[in-house]
Amino acid sequence: MFSFEFMRNAYLAGTLIAIVSGIMGVFVIARNMSFMTHTLSEIGFAGASFGMFIGWTPLNGMLSFTIISSVLVGRLSGQNESRRESVISAISGLFIGLGILFLALSDKSSSYATSILFGSVIGISHNDVIQMSVLSLAVLLVIALIYRNLKDASFDPIGAKAKGLAVNWYGVIFLVLLALSVSVAAQIVGSLLIFILLTLPAASAKYFAHSVASMMFVAVAFSLLGVWLGLYLGYVTNLPVTFFIATIEALIYIGALLKDHYQSQTTN
Amino acid sequence: MSKEMIKVNDLSVAFGKQPVFQNLNVTINQGEFLAVVGMNGAGKTTLIRTILGQLKPKHGTIITDSDLKIGYVPQFRNIDSDYPLSVSDFIGLNFTGLKWPWMSKTEKQRIQEVIAEVGLSKIANRPLGKASGGEKQKTYLAQALVDRPNLLILDESTASLDPNTKEELLKVVKKINQEQHLTVIFVSHDMELVTQYPDHYLWLQPDASTSGPINELAAQMKEGIVNV
Repeated sequence: MFSFEFMRNAYLAGTLIAIVSGIMGVFVIARNMSFMTHTLSEIGFAGASFGMFIGWTPLNGMLSFTIISSVLVGRLSGQNESRRESVISAISGLFIGLGILFLALSDKSSSYATSILFGSVIGISHNDVIQMSVLSLAVLLVIALIYRNLKDASFDPIGAKAKGLAVNWYGVIFLVLLALSVSVAAQIVGSLLIFILLTLPAASAKYFAHSVASMMFVAVAFSLLGVWLGLYLGYVTNLPVTFFIATIEALIYIGALLKDHYQSQTTN
Repeated sequence: MSKEMIKVNDLSVAFGKQPVFQNLNVTINQGEFLAVVGMNGAGKTTLIRTILGQLKPKHGTIITDSDLKIGYVPQFRNIDSDYPLSVSDFIGLNFTGLKWPWMSKTEKQRIQEVIAEVGLSKIANRPLGKASGGEKQKTYLAQALVDRPNLLILDESTASLDPNTKEELLKVVKKINQEQHLTVIFVSHDMELVTQYPDHYLWLQPDASTSGPINELAAQMKEGIVNV
């Protein structure tokens, strides 16, 4: 399997994405941002069609759409969680609407934009791997720099705000990091897969680990398990890799819920 | 004489044109355990937020000691049963700043020390989401204390607890207040607790707030003057 360059590239890019999304995912889950992550992956698709319409690369279109929409969501909703849901609906509606408009106006084929939704893991080039490595390093470095404050703002927003931490600004920084990860990873593995990897492994890790560092470790492990096994099954069966990864991650999550349910029953 | 930690001079705070309280004067000395009482809407939380610097006064000043370091236990927190962090990890969240991601040895030791102080050693590694109401409040208290503040503010922290748990929490606070000379501001509606643990009071009223040693408040309560 590894004698093919495309499989080596798929494994390399997949591993990097699994590590970054496992770590980012822990904050996505702590901040209750699964809906936002889903929305960002759709907005990425709209951004790609915008990029094609005005003659940019799809990546630049995605980056501008996801970053602008993240900052808007962060600034408009602040710490008001109930408002955030509606703000996300409004912003995503607006951007996806624009995406459809640009797709209709653009004379180019829509196939590239649609491939961003589902990605093409086996079409990953050496350049994609390099791009993914640079992004991963940059995101991990920023997280390491602001780790303690981001952790407090994500896991105890009320306490963090009370002690004067700029909670809203950490929210915006995190959203920009999320937008970056979604955009770069989506054009390689597709919006659907990046959404799965940013939410499910960390959501499952919650039931197995009780510190932020160990949650990250478990989330990365679940994420890697899904990606590696999914790529292998895709290679063997010639069926879509995204299907396998999505199924593995969903099964792990359901298993985690059952474990929690069983444990609460035995302790009560 | 003890050092003045906070000196409130002629303070008035208003939301728009609606005054919350006016011309408030009070001094909080080091080591004092001050109860802040008053009806709903009298401005208890507003006063705390002004001390924390989150609200600007309409008039007057708050002078704080240059070494003032506040540990704050807010009134509400939403920790649901799925909340993953352990008691000790939650306490460690308070070590913020742009520093190394991992905890130093001193920080880890301090977390263990504060856990023992509030009596949570047995459940230190359990997820906070699965802890009882009283254990959660003790964890919040420990988190506020972990970075060694010299002023602790408890904003209605006992409101949702049963009588025994309230007593237990206040006993811990009183012990730290006496042994470590920690200044405490305790915002509460619970007159039984207020007259038992704090040594001074501040009774917020729309136009004429009063303050003094706690036995004065207890005496006024007996005469039926105080009703908060």
